[in-house]
Amino acid sequence: MIMTILYYILTAYIALLIVWNLLKSKKWQEEILYIIILMPFLLRLFRLK
Amino acid sequence: MPVNWPTIRKYSFILLGVILMAFAGMSFYSSRHLKEAVVLSPGVTQVKKLSDYFSGIKGTVNDSNIYVLEGKAPGGTILILGGTHPEEPASRLTTWILTENAVVERGRLFIINSANRSATTVTRLGGAYPPDFTIPTPWGEQKFRMGDRWSNPLDQWPDPEVYIHYPSRQELAYVDIRNLNRTWPGRAKGTLTEKTCYAMTQLILKEKVDIVIDLHEAELQYPVISTIVAHQKGEDLAALTSMMISGLEGFNIGMEYSPEALHGLSHREIGDHTQAISLLLEAPEPFLDATRGRTDRTLLLEGKDEFILKAGKHGLLFEKMDENGWPIDVRIGRHCSTLIYILELWSDDNPDKAVIAREIPRYAEVIKKGAGSFLHNPAKADPKQLYYE
Repeated sequence: MIMTILYYILTAYIALLIVWNLLKSKKWQEEILYIIILMPFLLRLFRLK
Repeated sequence: MPVNWPTIRKYSFILLGVILMAFAGMSFYSSRHLKEAVVLSPGVTQVKKLSDYFSGIKGTVNDSNIYVLEGKAPGGTILILGGTHPEEPASRLTTWILTENAVVERGRLFIINSANRSATTVTRLGGAYPPDFTIPTPWGEQKFRMGDRWSNPLDQWPDPEVYIHYPSRQELAYVDIRNLNRTWPGRAKGTLTEKTCYAMTQLILKEKVDIVIDLHEAELQYPVISTIVAHQKGEDLAALTSMMISGLEGFNIGMEYSPEALHGLSHREIGDHTQAISLLLEAPEPFLDATRGRTDRTLLLEGKDEFILKAGKHGLLFEKMDENGWPIDVRIGRHCSTLIYILELWSDDNPDKAVIAREIPRYAEVIKKGAGSFLHNPAKADPKQLYYE
């Protein structure tokens, strides 16, 4: 259970990093890439997949 | 005020991403929470829960229903497991047909439709599986969750680097810590999947189960197919069943020994750790083959695929494959007839522990009428006879 909570915290941290990079990015290709890779992190955080 | 095009572009992409994720999320959510109706046969005398045998599983997604069919005359006890691997739907559908139709005259049948219920709530990650499928019936269509081979990561996460099986300490693939057929005999303080096996082991011990039959399907490129895998305690029963079916039922089924050194599987551990004979039945499912084409509901239900057909022509399969494919009715029919023969042969050899059941359709009958004709309309069922998986 502790490991599961730590993994959710880790997932949230990485998701925040991706969002931060998305907001800072100036290239449209990178923006699309960040949005795509963010999805599985959010789906896990929202306990959807 | 000047228009900031990069910002508009960025937030347009974010909006598009949110929309995409919302659609995907809704699909995942509705699939995970789809209610599958079971209209109980008049032969079902009790509905228990796995937590009745192990309180550690109470309140979890895997606190599955156990349908008990008791005969008026005493006899033996047989446990039938469907849904150990829910991505093998003939397994669950066979137990569904039993739960909705079978009547026991002597002895007891325990039936679990969703042995690993958690695994019914997810499909293979990255596999592009359909989330569900429907079976045509005389009253409409009945929808079922597709499911996966492993427990849902939402219920058990993370996986270890290496999965060490309990109690053998054999090292297995990391992902198999979520595989119900690698976690027998289970562990009371283990993961959800281990606890589920532990609960079923307690059921087998407490109810003095004589035989456990675990229903499966396999890809045609896997050598363990169209067979009964038997623990050494069940060799004679499996061999006789194989011979009788191959001679009388219109299809062939083999028999294989459960490897003594491969741990975690039902056909090995149940036989080793309980008094029960353990058997595992495999039917052919082209949907699981790695060389398949489009992975859709049609392939799942009809079992036809041009690429697997071609693999067969090159001698790469362990089971025949032709243009007729392996329809779901054929696969369910195989399981039904095999179960009938196991019950009959066991009862002939063990009259004091006989389990005599009727209203289980045979292979030819399932193919002729379709599996859906054995499913009953939940809308017209007595609410007391209606359960959900």
